[in-house]
Parts: sequence; C-alpha cells; structure tokens
Amino acid sequence: MTIYSWAGRVRGLFADNKGPWGTPPSGGGGDTPPGNEPQSPWGQPAKPRPTGGRSSVSSLDDFLKKSRGRLGGGGGSGRGFGGMGGRPDRSLFVWGAIGLAALWFLFTTMHVIAPEERGVVTRFGRYSHTLGPGVGLTLPSPIDRVQKVNVEEIREIALGSAAEETLMLTGDQNIIDIAYQVRWNIRDPEQFLYELAAPEDTIRQVAESAMRQVVAQFSLNDAIGNQRGQIESRVQEEMQQTLDSYDSGVVIQGVAVRQADPPAAVNEAFKDVTAAQQDAQREVNGSNAYALQLRQIAQGEATAFDKVYEQYRLAPEVTRRRMYYETMERVLRGVDKTIVETPGVTPYLPLPQMGRPAPAAPAAPAQPQGAGR
Amino acid sequence: MIDFVRRHTLASGFIAFVLLIAIFSSVSVVPETRQGIVTSFGKPVRIVNRFKQGEQIGQTGAGLAFRIPFVERIDWIDKRVRDIDMERQQVLSTDQLRLEVDAFARYRIVDPLRMYIAARGREENVETALRPILGSQLRNELGKRPFASLLSPEREGVMENIRIGLNRAARQYGAEIIDVRIKKADLPSGTPLESAYERMRSARTQEARSIRAEGSKRAQIIRAEADALAAQTYAAAFGKDPEFYDFYRAMQSYQTTFLGDGKNQPANTNIVMSPDNSYLKEFSGR
Repeated sequence: MTIYSWAGRVRGLFADNKGPWGTPPSGGGGDTPPGNEPQSPWGQPAKPRPTGGRSSVSSLDDFLKKSRGRLGGGGGSGRGFGGMGGRPDRSLFVWGAIGLAALWFLFTTMHVIAPEERGVVTRFGRYSHTLGPGVGLTLPSPIDRVQKVNVEEIREIALGSAAEETLMLTGDQNIIDIAYQVRWNIRDPEQFLYELAAPEDTIRQVAESAMRQVVAQFSLNDAIGNQRGQIESRVQEEMQQTLDSYDSGVVIQGVAVRQADPPAAVNEAFKDVTAAQQDAQREVNGSNAYALQLRQIAQGEATAFDKVYEQYRLAPEVTRRRMYYETMERVLRGVDKTIVETPGVTPYLPLPQMGRPAPAAPAAPAQPQGAGR
Repeated sequence: MIDFVRRHTLASGFIAFVLLIAIFSSVSVVPETRQGIVTSFGKPVRIVNRFKQGEQIGQTGAGLAFRIPFVERIDWIDKRVRDIDMERQQVLSTDQLRLEVDAFARYRIVDPLRMYIAARGREENVETALRPILGSQLRNELGKRPFASLLSPEREGVMENIRIGLNRAARQYGAEIIDVRIKKADLPSGTPLESAYERMRSARTQEARSIRAEGSKRAQIIRAEADALAAQTYAAAFGKDPEFYDFYRAMQSYQTTFLGDGKNQPANTNIVMSPDNSYLKEFSGR
C-alpha cells in the first residue's frame, strides 16, 4: 500500500506538476495520499483506465476502487462517492483525511504521563520500556501501545466489616472477630500487568490467608490486647513475601487491624472480666487509702506523743500534775457534776435527776496535746 | 511495475488487497500475557511466547509472530498466574474435631501444548479438573493432624506437601502449582461453634473470678501491712516510757470518753464524785 501511494506521489510530483499541490507530503500514513487534482475524474464513471496516461492515478483512487470492489459494488464502476453529492469538494475531503491522520498520529505518539503514573509501552505486544512522568513519545498506535498504570495511588482493600463477623481461630483455639484493611500500591507496573491474572483478588486472598496464619500464632488475649501492632507487621511481612513469590509487582504499604474483638456471642463474659478487673482495682484502691490513712494517723499520734514526752522529760512531776489538772478541768468543766460526801449524804451541789441528761454546754475542743504546753 | 499499475489499476488493486490480507493474517501480535499454540490444520506445530522460568519481561517471545495464512491458526492460553478457588471443605482432625477449610491454589500454564490437549485449551477446564483434587488433597493431608496444628499448617510444611501432591495432578494439564494456601479455617456452625463459645465463656468466668479473688487478696495484704506498720510506729514512740504513756493515754481517754471527740456532740455525762477523790483532795483544805 505504502509503496503504491509513494509511487503515485512520486509520479504526481514529477510528471504532473500542473496540479495545484496544496499539500506538503505528510509523513502520516500510507493511506492518505496527497494527490489532489481537480481534473481527476472524481464522481464520474470511471473506466478501468481513466487516466489514459495523462494524469497520474493517485493511490487514493486505487484504494477507493478496491474498497468498492471489496464491498461488492458494481465492478469497475467508480461512482462510489456519489452519495456525497455530485461533485464533492475534493480538496476538503483530502484535507480532512490528512487532518484525521495527523490527529491520530499525534494522539498515538505523544503520551502525557501524570506524575503518579507510569506508561508501560508494548511494541507489537512485547514489553519495550516504561515511560516516566511527563510527555513520552512512542511509535504510532498499531505498533506501540501504552498502558498507563497509577503507581503512586495507595489502594485499599477492606476485609471483614463491622456489620458482619469475620471469625478467625486464635492459637489458643479461641475465636476472634477481626476486621482489617490492607493498603497497597504498585511497585512494578510491568509485573503488575503481566504476571497475575487477577491482582486484586490475589491480594485479597493472600491477605486473608496471611491474617489467619498470623492470628493462629497469637493467643486471644494478645490479639485483642496489645499485640495488634505485631500482628499487623507480621501480616504485612507475610503478604509481601507471598506476593513477591508471585512476582506481583505489588508493595503492601500497611495492614491496619480496625477491630479485633471477641465474637458477640461471648462478649458478655469478656465484659465480666473487665468488670472483675475494675472490682479488684477498686478493692485494692480502698485498701491503699486505708493504709495511707492509718499510717498518717500512727505517725501523727507518735509524733504528738514524742513532743509531749520531750517536755515531760524536762520536768516529769510538774508536767504530769499539770496535764492531770488541765485534763480534769476540761473534762469536768463540760459535765454535770455532783459531789457526794460519804457517809453523810450532803450534796454540795444540786443533784439533778439522775439518768435524765441535762442539756450540756458544748465542750471546748479538747486537744490532749495542748495539755502539755 | 508502475506502468503495470497504471495500466491495470483494478487488477493491481485486487492483488494488493489479497497481499494485504495475507500479510495481515500471517502476522499476529503476541502480548506478554499470553502464549499461543500454532496448529496447522489441527496439528500442533509450535508454541509462541511459551513460559520459561526466570525470563525477563521484555525478553520473552512476545511481539510479532508469523504463521502461514489460512493454514495455521493460533490458540491463546493465559501465561499469567491464575488461581483455583476451592469450595469449602470439612476436615476432620485426628482428635475428631471438625474444621471448615477454604483454600486457594495459584498456578500457571507452563506446558501449553499439554494443556491444550488435556483441557481443550480452556483454563476453566484446568481449574474444574484440579478443584476436586485440591479438595481431596487438603482433606487427606490435614486429616492426619491434630486440630491445633491445623490452625497454622503453613508453619509445618503441610501446605507444601499439598502443593507437591496437587502439582503432580496439575502436570497432566501442563500446569504448575505455585502455591497452595488456606484462606479460611473456621469451626463449623452449630454444635462445634457453640461449644467453642461455651468454652470461651467459662474460661472468661474463671478469669473474672480469679481476678476478683486476687483483688481481695491484695487488698487484705495491704491493710495488714498498714496495721503492722502502724503498730510498729506506735511501739517505737510509746515504748520509750510505758509508764508515761499509760498516764498520757489515760488523760486522752478521759477527755474522749467524757467530752466526746471534740468534734461531734459532746458525750452526755453526769459525774458523781466523792470528796475523797484525789482530784478533790484539796477540797478538805488541809
């Protein structure tokens, strides 16, 4: 095809220069010849030899005829474009064809690769190279093809959900309800495109398998409690290893356990354990408070005694008497007193009805320590 | 030639057309992801872009492949790693516990010709054929083990045994099993699951009780220790002069007994005293 078209063009250039060549030879495709002669018998019944050696047969004419032949049109009848009107503007048609070709050329050779993308180029199906971000040039479409792959985007796969229980067996044969999320992106776009038939499914399956395997090595309490981080990193490691063994070209960026709880059926029992912990702590706290109080009181009393004793040692007898009297004063001041002279019963003071408590004056705050000073 | 074209436009056009068809049908684009079997009237003649271990992307047989038009045809077979997802299997462990297992295998067609013949060129047929084999392999291999080791069979090389066994079957289909893994391993619903829950519950109850008991124990010890410490403090202070302590404490005691603790309502006390009382000894006015 190309040869014919070039042949036609060469002939046109050298043998037939009266045609108004408005078209610079475009390097586009062989399908778009530049032949553009008004005298050409467009739209007229064409004889097998329409040009008669006077004007060149452009390869477009050739092609059109062939097309007609292929489509089962009347043999040799070149009225093909009659449908477009009696005398279509030939130059417009050719310009259009050239424009289309140029567009096609432009769109299939220039590829704008976004910063987060890579363009994987295949030449006739075979991997050729990978385009980085920016504008990449390739051969036109049927030869080179570009598949854009977003390598920066972190994709997420959520496994297990809050609504539905995802039960797994732990190492101590308990059951845990777990929900987690895997974040991954593409490291190797070529591998990602060519090695796995269903990459996303694979990642999902590998995640499930790795999580189950890792959880089976932890006890329930560890999995629920503080070992989550370790589970996450182990799963990530395990997944990466497996995916690498498939040459998947995928990087696991992270695994996040969103939820690791006992199953709903046994949740009450677990809550009771928490309650028991609270109870125990509460009891211990009570005891601690008691202990603290007791110690303070003991220290207080001991110190008070020490202070008084110091004074007492300086003058034992006097201090002793003084303390005695002060105490008796305080005691007797606040109470109803009756002094009875035995054996002749002569009360010095009026004896109120015994047993009926008299309204007592509020006693002054009696601080025994004060007695020493 | 140009003259020929000019003279016989239609004929040359037709020739060109036929030539084109021939060229187009003799060239096939082989993508990286597929391998092709070229058959000549049904007889396999060669394989294009066959999978080879360790080959680099870009240096494979992908690209253009040629064939004799109208004589040879190409059938395509996936070259990528594919998976066989097994249906759930019940596995009975040696200690008579049941487990429902969900597994998958990853495979790749390494011998397209054999696969083409054995599975009529369809990957689905390979998968259909291997799925029950994987299931029975899994049951056999896992059934030899106690329940506890079923939980992470990967660690014990069990899955590798299964892979080798399955691979033997897969070879007949021109496939190679890359990996076999257990995706899920659950207790069957109903009695086994319920009894597991019951066990978990009773374990928690036990734990709760022991935590409470432990709490009381600690509380008691703390109180006792505090009592002991207080006693020690008192003994250290009061032991210096027991006789004075007796007096000092008696004074405090009188005050507390007769006056109350000085904070609340004072104790209601009536005292009837004899003048012989030592407090009143001066009453007699010696």
